[in-house]
Amino acid sequence: MEVDADTVRRIARLARIRVTDEEAVALEKELSGILDWIKQLDEVDTTAVEPMTRVMPMTLKKRIDAVTDGGIAEQVVANAPTSDDSLFVVPKVVE
Amino acid sequence: MSDLTRLTLAEARDGLKTRTFSSEELTRAFLQAIERGNDQLNAYVLPTPEHALAQAKESDARLAKGNPRPLEGLPLGIKDLYCTRGVRTTACSHVLAEFTPTYESTVTQNLWDAGAVMLGKLNNDEFAMGSSNETSRFGPVTNPWRRRGSNVALVPGGSSGGSSASVAADLCLAATATDTGGSIRQPAAITGTVGIKPTYGRCSRWGIIAFASSLDQAGPIAKTVRDAAIMLRHMSSTDPKDSTSVDLPVPDYEAAVGASVRGLKVGVPREYRMDGMPSEIDDLWQKGIAWLKAAGATVHDVSLPHTKYALPAYYIVAPAECSSNLARYDGVRYGLREKGGDLIGTYEETRRAGFGAEVRRRVLIGTYVLSAGYYDAYYIKAQKVRTLIKRDFDEAFAQVDVLLTPTTPGPAFGIGEVSGDPVQMYLNDIFTVTVNMAGLPGISVPAGLSSEGTPLGLQLIGKPFDEETLFRAGQVIEDAAGRFTPPDPWWLAASRSK
Repeated sequence: MEVDADTVRRIARLARIRVTDEEAVALEKELSGILDWIKQLDEVDTTAVEPMTRVMPMTLKKRIDAVTDGGIAEQVVANAPTSDDSLFVVPKVVE
Repeated sequence: MSDLTRLTLAEARDGLKTRTFSSEELTRAFLQAIERGNDQLNAYVLPTPEHALAQAKESDARLAKGNPRPLEGLPLGIKDLYCTRGVRTTACSHVLAEFTPTYESTVTQNLWDAGAVMLGKLNNDEFAMGSSNETSRFGPVTNPWRRRGSNVALVPGGSSGGSSASVAADLCLAATATDTGGSIRQPAAITGTVGIKPTYGRCSRWGIIAFASSLDQAGPIAKTVRDAAIMLRHMSSTDPKDSTSVDLPVPDYEAAVGASVRGLKVGVPREYRMDGMPSEIDDLWQKGIAWLKAAGATVHDVSLPHTKYALPAYYIVAPAECSSNLARYDGVRYGLREKGGDLIGTYEETRRAGFGAEVRRRVLIGTYVLSAGYYDAYYIKAQKVRTLIKRDFDEAFAQVDVLLTPTTPGPAFGIGEVSGDPVQMYLNDIFTVTVNMAGLPGISVPAGLSSEGTPLGLQLIGKPFDEETLFRAGQVIEDAAGRFTPPDPWWLAASRSK
C-alpha cells in the first residue's frame, strides 16, 4: 500500500477535485493497485538512458512573431458559465 | 433501390460520380438508419440531420456541375472529441456541459473542404479514457455484433466505440476516431472494421480535445482497407496551428491499396506471444503469417524486449499529461460550473461534479506521479523506458519492413464484465499501446471470428510515415480473410417492433 488516505486527500487538493472521506478510502485501494502494478518498471535498468522528449526527431517549428488572430472577444466568452461585457466572471478572489 | 447504407465509401463515391443516386438520397438513407437503430446502439450522441442535408444539397449541386471534390457528398460520423463549429462538442464529459465551439478542428475542416457530409457526433469514453466506451456521460455504446446464440450486450471497444459501432452497423460510411493507447485499433478489431492510427504528427491535433498530447493521434475507422486509405488522405495535412504536425506531403494512400507485397519483410515480435494467450488469438496470428507468405512476403522472427513495460509506462505518461491537459476545466471559461465557498471551492466542486470516476482516477494518478518528490521516480523513469521501447522498434525496423501482431488479447466482452477492475481494463491495450509510445503507425484489419462468433483483428505496425506499407499489407489480409459484417441487423428490427 503506497498511498494512504491522507495522500489521496493531498493529491485531490492539488488536482482541485473534492473527494469525500468514503471516496478517499476507495481511491486509496484503487490508486495503490495501479501504482503497485506500475512498480514493475523498477526491473528495467535505465542508467545512461535519456528520457524521451519527442517521438519523432524534429526541431520545434517557429513562426513569425506577429498577431494572426484576435478581435473575437465575443467568441472567446461565448461558452462561459458567466460573463459580463466580454469578461469572465468568477467568485471574489481578493477581499 | 438496394440499401445504400451497406455500400463502402469507395462504392458510394463511384455511385455519386456516375449519378446512380444523389448525396441527398444517400444521406437520407443513413439518417433513417440512425433514427431506427441508434436507440439500440447509442452510437451517436448528437445526430445532425439538418446540417447533413444542407451539406448533401450543396454536394449534389457540385456533382451536377461536374466539379466534385474528393469526398463529395459522402456521409461520415465524427467522434465527439473533434470540435465542430456551432455543433455541441463534449468529449462525452459532463464537465463540458453544452460547449459549442466557435471554431472547427483542422481534421474535420479538411474533410468538409473535401466535400464530406457530417451525420452527427459519435459517442466515446469520457475524454477518450477507456477501452469499452462505458465511461461516456451519455452511457455505453452497444456492439452491433453479438455472441452466437446470445443477446448479451457486448462493448464495441473504446475509446472510439461510437465510431466502431456506427461503421459496423452501417450508420455512416466511415468515421473519425482518435487513438492514444489503442482507441482506434482496439474498437476496430472487435467490431470487424478497419482502423488506422497514423504516425504521430501526420494529422493535426488542433481542435481535437486533448487527452495525452505526446500520444494522441487522429485517424479513421472504416469498412475496408481502401476506405481507410481514402479517409486518412483527406484527414492528414501539415498544419501551422499544431507545432508537432509534420512538413511532409500527404501521399495518395489509396494508390498503395492492392500493390504487391512480394519481397516485403514481415517481422513477428516474439514478445507479443504473452503467457496465457488464448489459442484462437495465436491461430489467427499464424493465419495472418501464412496469408502474407502466400502473397510473396518473407516472415522473420524479431525481438522487442521492452514490450511488457510499455503498458505500465503508458499508465504514468498518459495520466501525467491528462492531469495537465484537464487542468483547464475549472468552471471559468466554458462548460459546467458548480458553486463552491470561494474560487478554489468552485474549482473543486466543478471538477468533482464534471469528471466521471475513471477521469478522476487518472487525473489523481497523474497529479501524484508529477508531484514533488515523485517526478523522477515515475515520470522520468517512464520516459526513459519509452526511449528503450522506441529503440527496440528502431532495431527491428533495421531488419524488417513491417510488424504483424494480434490487435487485442481477446474478442468483445459484455458491458459491465470488466469495468470493476481498472488494471484488467488497461490490459486490453497491451498490443496497441507500444505503438503510441513510439509514435509509429498501426492498422487493425479484421482477420477472423472468435469461437463466440465475434470479430478479431490483426495489427500491422509500420516505420514512421510508412502508412502506405500498412495499406498494402492490410489489403492482403482483407483479401484473404474477407469482410466481416454482423449476421443480423437486430438494431434495426428492434425499433420496427416498437
